[in-house]
Amino acid sequence: MAKRILTALVGAAVMGIGTQAASGATLDDVKAKGFVQCGVNTGLAGFAAPDASGNWSGFDVDYCKAIAAAIFADGSKVKYTPTSAKERFPALQSGEVDVLARNTTWTINRDTALGFNFRPVNYYDGQGFMVRKGLNVKSALELSGAAVCVQTGTTTELNLADYFKSNNLQYNPVVFEKLEEVNAAYDAGRCDVYTTDQSGLYSLRLTLSKPDDHMILPEIISKEPLGPAVRQGDDQWFDIVSWVHYALIQAEDFGITQANVEEMKKSANPDVQRFLGVEADSKIGTDLGLTNEWAVNIIKAVGNYGEVFDRNIGAGSPLKIERGLNALWSKGGIQYAPPVR
Amino acid sequence: MAIGVTTTPEKTKPSGSIINDPQVRGIFYQVLTLVVLAAFVYWVADNTIENLKRANIASGYDFLNGRAGFDVGQSLIAYTSDSTYQRALIVGLLNTLLVAVCGIFTATIIGFAVGIGRLSHNWLIAKLSLAYVEIFRNIPPLLVIFFWYSGVLAILPQPRESAALPLNMFLNNRGLAFPKPIFGDGSLYTVLAFVLAIVASFLLARYARKKQEATGQRFPVLWTSLGLIIGLPLLVFLATGSPITFDVPIAGKFNLTGGSVIGPEFLSLFLALSFYTAAFIAEIVRAGIRGVSKGQTEAAHALGVRPGLTTRLVVVPQALRIIIPPLTSQYLNLTKNSSLAVAIGYADLVAVGGTILNQTGQSIEIVTIWIVVYLSLSLATSLFMNWFNARMALVER
Repeated sequence: MAKRILTALVGAAVMGIGTQAASGATLDDVKAKGFVQCGVNTGLAGFAAPDASGNWSGFDVDYCKAIAAAIFADGSKVKYTPTSAKERFPALQSGEVDVLARNTTWTINRDTALGFNFRPVNYYDGQGFMVRKGLNVKSALELSGAAVCVQTGTTTELNLADYFKSNNLQYNPVVFEKLEEVNAAYDAGRCDVYTTDQSGLYSLRLTLSKPDDHMILPEIISKEPLGPAVRQGDDQWFDIVSWVHYALIQAEDFGITQANVEEMKKSANPDVQRFLGVEADSKIGTDLGLTNEWAVNIIKAVGNYGEVFDRNIGAGSPLKIERGLNALWSKGGIQYAPPVR
Repeated sequence: MAIGVTTTPEKTKPSGSIINDPQVRGIFYQVLTLVVLAAFVYWVADNTIENLKRANIASGYDFLNGRAGFDVGQSLIAYTSDSTYQRALIVGLLNTLLVAVCGIFTATIIGFAVGIGRLSHNWLIAKLSLAYVEIFRNIPPLLVIFFWYSGVLAILPQPRESAALPLNMFLNNRGLAFPKPIFGDGSLYTVLAFVLAIVASFLLARYARKKQEATGQRFPVLWTSLGLIIGLPLLVFLATGSPITFDVPIAGKFNLTGGSVIGPEFLSLFLALSFYTAAFIAEIVRAGIRGVSKGQTEAAHALGVRPGLTTRLVVVPQALRIIIPPLTSQYLNLTKNSSLAVAIGYADLVAVGGTILNQTGQSIEIVTIWIVVYLSLSLATSLFMNWFNARMALVER
């Protein structure tokens, strides 16, 4: 009996040390095991979804690939952990995943009480409304008297109540527990309006029986900044994940694409030279704990931010989401990267 | 400890120690089980409290006074997102009660009709009843609910093509809209007249029964009561200058506005629970009627009682004694099955509680409330049915 307790104690101690090591230097840990363990959505078209043969693709998946490319110069060195809304935080807290790229909203609670770090916002989202085109509704302010389908227990449900109340509009909520039930009820015509994060609406519209009969209203009634999250306590890893995003933005800003990245290395622009690590005595990559080729590797693997966006959720995808807030700051959006210097 | 309990050594068997006394052993093991059980419960409770403290989760029921912040689609009482969580729970409880009471009422009627139908000499009625029972008894209740919900949504027209029914009622996939009465000044008298007419009808029925028992003369209770219940309020209504008006539903931008609406969620849940439970009640009724000895019917016939009266006055009262106890469990089942409402978005206690649970994270408190409420509902139903059963018991004269 005593022996068994001793074994358990030793086991616990060893495990404790193991977790400590993992949270201390995630980069070393990732390099040692040879891949990045990435927490993604269980299946949200455009953001993270596996195809028939189990290959993951999507906006968030490309971020996982970009991180792997920055470290290993190979975007395929990723293992994906599909997580539900409930499982995602424990998975990151326990060290089961190295980074969470799962259209997760950055809130103060998650940043502090849950023990995570957020910095770059890779997708500025917000709650929106979808209606049937036949209703001739042009704005959410015309929705008084409508039946609204919504998923229960979400911030969406609370935002909805606040929005209609503050605008003095009447509505009839139709709430379901599961996303599939909300979809089915809206598709069957039980409600006039469907509300959730706008990116989700674009993705869900594709699953309706006649996607072209539905339109998404321009209003956004809440702030939902989505971005990758890491555990607190490992600043180096936090920097790497953050700068992978900034590198993607910077590449788009410089006009560096997957196709022209090798050519751009010969650019005479010193900013571009510094960014791509071809400047003499460059230390930018090594200071991050990576090689000076890190930005080149990212762009070779997934392209720049604009390419990632277009391919997965933008004009080049079935979702056809407009850039909007996610355009570069120089083009009317708010996507902005600190200088690489 | 167990040894100290036994203080009468003379009475134990002369040979062998107390340890081998089966009675002492029995008590010992019972005490041991009780202690282990109590320790387990204490351990679980203590662990839970400790873990909640460690996770900085506030426990207790204070959160019930907080602002709910969400809206509920169907509510019998005034409720907005500014109301408290407590009020939201009451809204859910009332919705549960509403669907349970309506369901029990309808299920009983359908169940009795089908149960008696199965014993009919008419081949078609008997076989149709058999088919009904076998279909609805063998499908899980959740599927019956989905069947009605998707059926209701698929068959009914969109709001702009609402089907007009008599009396200014409209049917579409947002539910059944009907005119809502608006009680103006003086309408109280009409309501009072209505209540008065009902009370009078009851008294009349009692008087008629006594008269028949005493003299054998019959009094037309049904027609008099109907005339009383309809005529008296109508007379008062006209006399006070028609104070009750109706808010008629009219076509709005999205849906009909005005009037009252019974949503498709309630309709489908109510229909599903009624039809499902009725299948079981039908079998109970059939068993109850079969359980009454054939001699009773024959005796009644021999006395010249007509077949319809034989069933009503001789067979059913005796069958009820067999029917009521299993009927109680069906009523309890129906009430508990109403929690499946969450699947189709009917705002019952479980659905509303689940929302609150998600918003506040007070899972233990919410689950406790669920348990206490359903337990109370079930116990109340049982108590009522036990009372009814005692009343129906055979009174030997």
